[in-house]
Amino acid sequence: MTATSASRAGAELSGPFSFASRTAYHVEAADVATEEPPKLTRGSAIRRVKDVVAKVVMWAAFGLALIPLAWILYTVVSNGVELLLASTWWTNSQRNINATDAGGGAVHAIQGTLIQAGVTGAISVPVGVFTAIYLVEYGRGRLARAISFMVDILSGVPSIVAALFVYAVWVTTLGFQRVGFAVCLALVLLMIPVVVRSTEEMLKLVPNELREASYALGVPKWITITKVVLPTAFSGIVTGVLLGLARVMGETAPLLILGPYTKNIATNLFDGYMPTLPTMINQDRTELGIDTAVDRMWASALTLILLVLLLNLIGRLLARRSGVRH
Amino acid sequence: MDDRGRSTGRRADRLFSFASQGAGVTVLVLVTLVCVFLVSQAIPALARNEASFLTSREWTVGGDAPRFGILELLWTTTAASVIAMLVAVPVGVCVALFITEYAPQWLRRPAGNLVDLLAAVPSIVYGLWGLIVFRPIVRPIEDWLSSRLSWLPIFEPTGITGGTIFFIGFVLAIMILPIVTAISREVFAQTPTTHKEGALALGATKWEMIHTAVLPFGKPGVISAAMLALGRALGETIAVTFIVSTLAVGSDWTWSLFNGGETFASRIANNAAEFDSPQKTGAFIAAGLVLFILTFVVNAIARVVIERRKAFTE
Amino acid sequence: MAKGLDIKDVNIYYGAFKAVEDVNLTINPRSVTAFIGPSGCGKSTVLRTLNRMHEVIPGGRVEGTISLDGQDLYAADVDPVAVRRTVGMVFQRPNPFPTMTIFDNVVAGLRLNGIKDKTQLQEAAERSLQGANLWNEVKDRLNKPGAGLSGGQQQRLCIARAIAVEPKVLLMDEPCSALDPISTLAIEDLIEQLKADYTIVIVTHNMQQAARVSDRTAFFNLKATGQPGRLVEVGPTRTIFEQPVQEATEAYVSGRFG
Repeated sequence: MTATSASRAGAELSGPFSFASRTAYHVEAADVATEEPPKLTRGSAIRRVKDVVAKVVMWAAFGLALIPLAWILYTVVSNGVELLLASTWWTNSQRNINATDAGGGAVHAIQGTLIQAGVTGAISVPVGVFTAIYLVEYGRGRLARAISFMVDILSGVPSIVAALFVYAVWVTTLGFQRVGFAVCLALVLLMIPVVVRSTEEMLKLVPNELREASYALGVPKWITITKVVLPTAFSGIVTGVLLGLARVMGETAPLLILGPYTKNIATNLFDGYMPTLPTMINQDRTELGIDTAVDRMWASALTLILLVLLLNLIGRLLARRSGVRH
Repeated sequence: MDDRGRSTGRRADRLFSFASQGAGVTVLVLVTLVCVFLVSQAIPALARNEASFLTSREWTVGGDAPRFGILELLWTTTAASVIAMLVAVPVGVCVALFITEYAPQWLRRPAGNLVDLLAAVPSIVYGLWGLIVFRPIVRPIEDWLSSRLSWLPIFEPTGITGGTIFFIGFVLAIMILPIVTAISREVFAQTPTTHKEGALALGATKWEMIHTAVLPFGKPGVISAAMLALGRALGETIAVTFIVSTLAVGSDWTWSLFNGGETFASRIANNAAEFDSPQKTGAFIAAGLVLFILTFVVNAIARVVIERRKAFTE
Repeated sequence: MAKGLDIKDVNIYYGAFKAVEDVNLTINPRSVTAFIGPSGCGKSTVLRTLNRMHEVIPGGRVEGTISLDGQDLYAADVDPVAVRRTVGMVFQRPNPFPTMTIFDNVVAGLRLNGIKDKTQLQEAAERSLQGANLWNEVKDRLNKPGAGLSGGQQQRLCIARAIAVEPKVLLMDEPCSALDPISTLAIEDLIEQLKADYTIVIVTHNMQQAARVSDRTAFFNLKATGQPGRLVEVGPTRTIFEQPVQEATEAYVSGRFG
């Protein structure tokens, strides 16, 4: 080490470049020729076997994961598609149709599901988005931390507990009936954390430079948020909302407690029972011995899957187009 | 960014700030309300309970001398969820590794989307499918286990042919698989290339590279994925309610996984018709609270692990 | 122990994109060969083909032959894993495994090869750490995490890790670019020592460094952006820096472009 440093010091005086001393560079041709050539072909059998086993296991795991998916979709589609192809499915309700009767449609349940999802969204989106704006754009200190913690708690609330809470308030304490709006309230509890978290993520992705550029132009904060920040994060927020809605639509626990089924079309959220797809499935599930009921059950399950998938698909397409990226 | 000073005086600005703070406070109040309300409803019911809430299996919530306890619910819920984890976590991690490391390039995105699709299927459909299609498939496995390993208390035959704890665990496993996969996939994909190349340059095979670089890096992420999935499994309602076999009142206690039994969620969902007095409702709320605490603890663990990992990688 | 490499008519592709074309180059055993050239000229790409690390990037493939002491690295029965064991590599950024101790990092390669014997591992760790001029600095804290070392120490740890498996050739991809001058000096001294036992190929952006440490220098360049990189000139380091044949080389080493 000292030798090379010394030679370098000497060389640096003589010119812009110093050169390695050649003394170490002495190849003996014989040395290279007599040495055993390195083994480049396959090494240890155990290591190779482990590697191949791992590869097989990974492929198998993926295959294993696809089996239930394919199977579920096959079961639901093959059993349910026939009824869906009848136009009455989309135009009629089950009014005056007994379990043993064929025919009728699911329009009452589809309507109920859509109405409840719509109202749930209409309540939770503003609350959720504004909460996220507060947490990202305004919130500092203890209040923000407390709110963030509460959102975490809320996101861990099992749906049945949310339903139980609304029941205890709405029915037991206030003495109201089990109506569509009560279901919406329970769903709101489940949807708010989804909206807050996804909006928060999106707002955080908006570069600070954009905000500062806007402030530098003398634009007030609220206009900066509504005209600069929110539009930049818009498609991401919409995606979060759609995925949240998809989850809420498939949620059944609150319906079991708060939303009894009826075969009639019902669009009033505050009066009488409101039918939905999950409760329609649940109704026919109790008649597993009757073919017409079973057919109807699979058909309504397929309808529900289609609705949820449609929302998911739109959400994902929007996410791919999203203007904000890392 | 905190420029509240600059924005004073502008009415619209203050209004907007007020609205967003208001929304935040609404959430805060809402959650506090949920907690306070549930506790206040549960306490009177618990006070009148004549059995031990934690160790009793009875569930008679009406009348002058209600007797109810959560032992059976707690056992069924945790046992089924643990089975679900034991199945779903290894498989989910392998699927995540498949998507990030093993799948050919063209397959990675579709494979990820397919697994996400599994997450989009509503749980009521899992319930139906489990009840009607999947049940006959798992039966022979249970029979085999209970005939070979019946000396183990957990595999003792019980004669229950419907939804056993073991079977519920399997259905839950399928339901939480996409959660485990999605989160693990994300953390595995973040493994720094330099670590992976460092291992490969030492002459590691692909599996050895995963073992030395990817898995140690992703471990905290996998743990939190497992915890979030566990939280979901504990609270799952409708699928369990569809397939569960309720036990006859007064049946003998057994540790067998081939026994029936209700989970917290299914007990509440199955008895919605009983919520006709504050006392009865209170008993169910008390059970719901335990479930709430259980999922909260599990989620909190997940969150702590995620935070630690963030601190570690930044 | 050290081996020479022969690169013949090599074209390198990533998918349909031709990254490097028509490279012919001989790398002498027990010497240091430096690859220099402007960014994006393919010098790191060529380096990575010498132990088949370019295959890690999807779509990476090679035409032509690269042989180690007469054995084609790309022959059908050759296992890339075995190639990488024989041709070690040190990267631009120090990359010790963050969850492992210093000791575990050094012997990681040996453990992969199934060596479990404790004393054997300890001997190898000491030998490699001494070989990497790191032993005296870390001998008292072998059980501390490798990530706790300074950048220069981490890089020497990575060199120790690479030489622990006793490779024939050591590839270094800009090993000093993330280090401070003092750590750089330590690494350069180490390279000087290592060439007694190993064939070393080093990619560097620093021309003074190439001049200081290498015996031969290869200059790579691009004709234009989007065109594949080419080997312009190779020769003894002094010739390349003082009397290059090509004008482009002259322009580059004198600092007129790049």
